[in-house]
This record gives sequence, C-alpha cells and structure tokens, in this order.
Amino acid sequence: MTEADVAQVDGEKEVATTVDAVAIRGVTKRFGSGENAVVAVDDVDLSIADGEFFAMLGPSGCGKTTTLRMIAGLEFPTSGSLKIFGDEVGTLPPNKRPVNTVFQNYALFPHMTVLDNVSFGLRMQGVDKATASSRAGELIDLVQLSGMEKRRPSQLSGGQQQRVALARALVNRPKVLLLDEPLGALDLKLRQEMQLELKSLQRELGVSFVFVTHDQEEALTMSDRIAVMHDGRLLQVGSAEELYERPVNRFVADFIGQTNLIEATVADADTIVLANGSKVLAPSEYAAGTQVAMSLRPEAISIGPRRTVPAEHRADSLDGVVSTAVYLGHALDYHVSVDWIDLEVRAPAVGSHGRFRPGDEVSVWWDRSSNWVVAE
Amino acid sequence: MAAVVERDEIDVEPFIEGEEATPEFEAANIAQERRRGLLIALPAYLYLIVFFAIPLVTVVVYSFATRDRFGGADLTRFNLDSYLELNDELIRTIIVRSAGLAILTTLICLAISYPFAYYMATRSETVRNVMLVFVMIPFWTNFLVRNYAWYVILGTDGPLSRVAEFLGFGPTRILFTQAAVVLGLVYGFLPFMILPLYASIERIDGRLLEASRDLYATGFQSFRHVLWPLSLPGVIAGSILVFIPSLGAYVTPQVLGGTGTTMLGSYIVTQFLTARNLPFGAAMSTVLMVFMLAATIVYFRKGGRTL
Repeated sequence: MTEADVAQVDGEKEVATTVDAVAIRGVTKRFGSGENAVVAVDDVDLSIADGEFFAMLGPSGCGKTTTLRMIAGLEFPTSGSLKIFGDEVGTLPPNKRPVNTVFQNYALFPHMTVLDNVSFGLRMQGVDKATASSRAGELIDLVQLSGMEKRRPSQLSGGQQQRVALARALVNRPKVLLLDEPLGALDLKLRQEMQLELKSLQRELGVSFVFVTHDQEEALTMSDRIAVMHDGRLLQVGSAEELYERPVNRFVADFIGQTNLIEATVADADTIVLANGSKVLAPSEYAAGTQVAMSLRPEAISIGPRRTVPAEHRADSLDGVVSTAVYLGHALDYHVSVDWIDLEVRAPAVGSHGRFRPGDEVSVWWDRSSNWVVAE
Repeated sequence: MAAVVERDEIDVEPFIEGEEATPEFEAANIAQERRRGLLIALPAYLYLIVFFAIPLVTVVVYSFATRDRFGGADLTRFNLDSYLELNDELIRTIIVRSAGLAILTTLICLAISYPFAYYMATRSETVRNVMLVFVMIPFWTNFLVRNYAWYVILGTDGPLSRVAEFLGFGPTRILFTQAAVVLGLVYGFLPFMILPLYASIERIDGRLLEASRDLYATGFQSFRHVLWPLSLPGVIAGSILVFIPSLGAYVTPQVLGGTGTTMLGSYIVTQFLTARNLPFGAAMSTVLMVFMLAATIVYFRKGGRTL
C-alpha cells in the first residue's frame, strides 16, 4: 500500500512521514531470574512502517507473541527501546499507548452486550455515552454486525465474535492495530474469508496492522512484510518473495514453504560440492570449506526418465529412483531417492515429462537460478 | 484441505439401523435407577428427619403455643401472641444490633478477602495450594477454643493490653466490647468469604483484564467494570455465607461480648434456658430461620453457580 492510498481513503491531511509506526531497538525480554531465567525475546531490532501490514511469524514459543505484548504494553521489555511514532513507550501502561489489540480468542467482556463491548474503549477515554454509542454503531456496521448490538458475546458465532473484537479495537482509531493469532479459532473456510477481509479493511483504514501467526500461508497471503522469529531471535524480515526465494538460513528456508535441504561444502565463490562429490554451480558469500545446504524448492525440480535431461541442465542433475508418488490433482508429489538423500519433487499434472510410479528410474534437474545456498 | 473435507464427513450424525428407541425399557431403567438412589440416600434421609426435620417442626409448633406457669409450653392453646411480642423495644434494639454487627462483619470480611482472593487466584498452582491450606488451618482447632484464645489475647492482662501499656497508651481492654465481637466474628468466618471469592475470581479469564487495560481503562476502572461484575457471584455467595452465621452467632458474642452486646443468638438461648419462655424463643428462632432461608434462596439464585 502506498502513502497516496492512505491519504486518499482517510480523507484527513496525513503527512507522509518517515517516522516508523513501531521502532524496536535491541529489545530483550527475560522471564524469571537467575538460572531459571527464560529469554523470550533476544535483542530484537524491528521497524514497522506506517500503514504496513506486518506479520510476525514463527513456531510457538518463538517470542512473537511476547514481542506483540510488549508493543501493547502488556509486558515490559527487560532492556532496549520501544518507540511508537517516535515516542518512547517502553514503560508506559497499555492504557497510555495509542495501540489496540485483537486478542487470541478475542477476550470479549462476557457480561456486556456487543454495543457495550465496542464502546468500552471510548467510554474509558471519557467520551460521553451518546457519542460513544454512535461511533460504536458505525464500527459495528463496518464489520457487518448491524442488528446484533444487544446480544452477548456468548450468543455469537466464532466469526461474529472475531468481528466484535476487531470493531472494539478499531473504534478507538489506534495508530497501530495489534492482532494476536486472530484467526486461529476459526475453521478453514471462514479463516480464508477473514484473511481477505482483514487485508481490505487494513487497506481501507491505512493503519499499520501487526499480525502474529504461526501459519506461514496466512502470513504470506496477507502481509506486506514478514518477520520470521525463532527461539526469541529475529531471523529475517522481508516480503513474501524475499523470504521464499532468498531465505537467510536453514530455519527460514524450511519454515517458509517446503524445501529440500541438500548438504554441501563451499568450494569457491561460485561452486559448492555435494556429498557425492558432484560440483554444482551455486554462488554464495561463504568462505571455502563452510558447511552449507542448498535449498531447492520441490516445484523448482523437474523430473523425467533417465537420460532425458536437457543438455543445459546436465551439470545440475541427479539420478534416482521414485520411492513414492502422490496424486494431488493439480500436481504430482514424488519422493525420489538419490543415493544419499531423499528429494521431494512437485511436478505439475499437466505438461510434465510423463508420470512415474514407485520404482521407476528417473533423473531430476533444476534451473541454476532456483537453487539457494544457506548456512547454519 | 484434505483434513477439512474429512472433518465435514465425520460431522454427519451416525445413524445405525435397527437401533430404535424402546421407551418401555427406558422407563424401567429410570425407575430402577430411582429405587437404587433412594436406597443409597436412606441413612442421610433418616438422619435429617430425626435430627433436623422433627426438631424444626417442634420449634415451629412451639412458637404458636402459650407459655404456662411452670415455664413449659401449653400445647392446647395456639395463638400468635409470641410473634406479636417480637414488636418490642428491646427486641428491636437486639435485632438492629445483630444485623448491624453482622453487616459490619460481612463488609470487613469482604474488604480483607477480596484482595487476598485476587492475589491467590493470580499465583502459580503451588503457591495457591499452600495459601489454601493456610486458609483452612484454623478449622483444625475447635471454634470454641479459638474464641477463648481471643478472650486471652484481648483481656486486661492479655498481650495486647501489655503492648499498649508498654507503648504508653495505658491499660487497654477490648474484651467485652462490640469491637471484640466483630473481631471474633471476622476471624471466625473469614474463610467462608475467601473461598467462594477465590473460586469466582480464579475462573475469570485474565485476558479480559488485559483487554480492558488495552482499551484505556485504568487499573481501578478495570476492577470496577470487569473484575468486580464478573466476580459478583462470589461476592454474593461469600457475603451470605458470612452474614447468616454472624446474624445468629452465639458462641462469639457470649465469650467475647459483654452485657451491652447481646445478640439474637444469645437472646434466644436466654429465652429457652433462663427466662423459660419457650414459645417466645421458638417464635424468634422461626423468624430468624425464615429470614435466613430467604437469604439462602438469593444465594442459590445468584451466587450458587460458582461453588
């Protein structure tokens, strides 16, 4: 989304600034003390731009939720600096920060109606009841829940509760909206619907959304940029393409999508040596002798009968035997045993070099530009 | 994708042919279940009938009887005289005093227990269990003995008075005052407030409080708009569990209170044992019981769910 979009939709005079919506510098969060201390977030640097849909992705326990809670003010950093639009907020309580959160499982107030839930934030800020109710009503319309104002959260479906949670946070016009696995409790179909809705809502409002998820597909679908976290550390920040095509290490390569990691040693700046001694042209910046892995996406590998490898790919090919073949409709998923490794290959059902069964002797090859070398 | 399709298929309700309902078997089953239940509950029923229902009916019947010259009850002449006698200056004073002290006891218990229960509910499992044991420990000692312990502590020669004297306040006697009675009642009934409060606070999702803070509520607003309303069932349950026994308290006012602090419980005992006015004592007991029953119904309606 561009700055122009923001100004246009918002209708207010928004000066496109270079100040980050959220700037995290050297933030560490430790739980407990002494020997039992757990480092949940380890020296993280992160900048989230104004109007950006930003995802924090990682397996459970990677520190993504703790990072989000620190931005919200529900946890305080052990050290480091946390700024929201240039103001240091590291030690401010949540009610003093211009951000709002959509909680995992929504955390709607069970003793209040939908209208009271949505107007809660405004009432707490001292907005009078009539104004708060009318603004809450607008937001309830926006999330398409008109007519449900008098209901209690327990009388709503999961998808409706999620919309209430969204309206309850957005009614306060936060400068940054934080979402903690907001779609986790919904079933697949509803989740896909909500993904698109969230994305268009974010575009419409022009507010930064910071979204925590463990679902890489969800992150890739919705986000402008994604931060991948593991064991409290930030591994890589980038667009979906960057993460998928140029992962910085094994973890990212493996976590984003599926990949084959083939062990190798760096020979020189342009070449690596695979375990079977074959040399593969793969540029990397690692020193000669470094243990690395070559990441090859299953869909980047072509499969064909032995000795059908096109001449230009001979140097980037391996011979093997099909061990399993799974028909997926749009594609065929093969596992090919090459003497020391097992490769996953995804061939399109249409236009590939024939279909193979387990036991078939095949060759696999790939385009030189599709391999990627990672260390660690 | 595949997983979801499978789940949808499983959602279809299984229907097994030939497994049609047989109402007569079911009815027989239910009847047998009832008979078995009655058999199991029989000892409890007998106990309750002999030691509770019969004495209760006796008290109610006596309350309508007339006092005879020898301090007994004339069970041939029934009237409402005893109930009419309740509208008396002295009785009213005692009722107001008892109710006042019971309300004061309840409020003090609530003020002490709420923060404690909240603290307990937000600790780790281990700490909670240890704290729960500490709450229960006083029950290991007899109630009467604990009241006499306070008698010793609060007396003129007691440690409290000595400390006051040492600090230059002169001899201090709390014993035989209303303050001593309230102190004893609060001490005695505190666990009855803490436990239901703890149970209801412990059940509240902590994220609701976080959500309210995130939505600009201050700590106090968060308490007032989220924690307090959600813990109300526990507050009601605890208050009734403290208020009812405080209102009818006998041992504590008898041991720690003086002549000027007679409460309902003591007064009823006096009617039976000293004044020998059985119908009058019975009438007072009946009124007190009806009032407590009403309070208990409120409790079951509003607060009982959390226990």
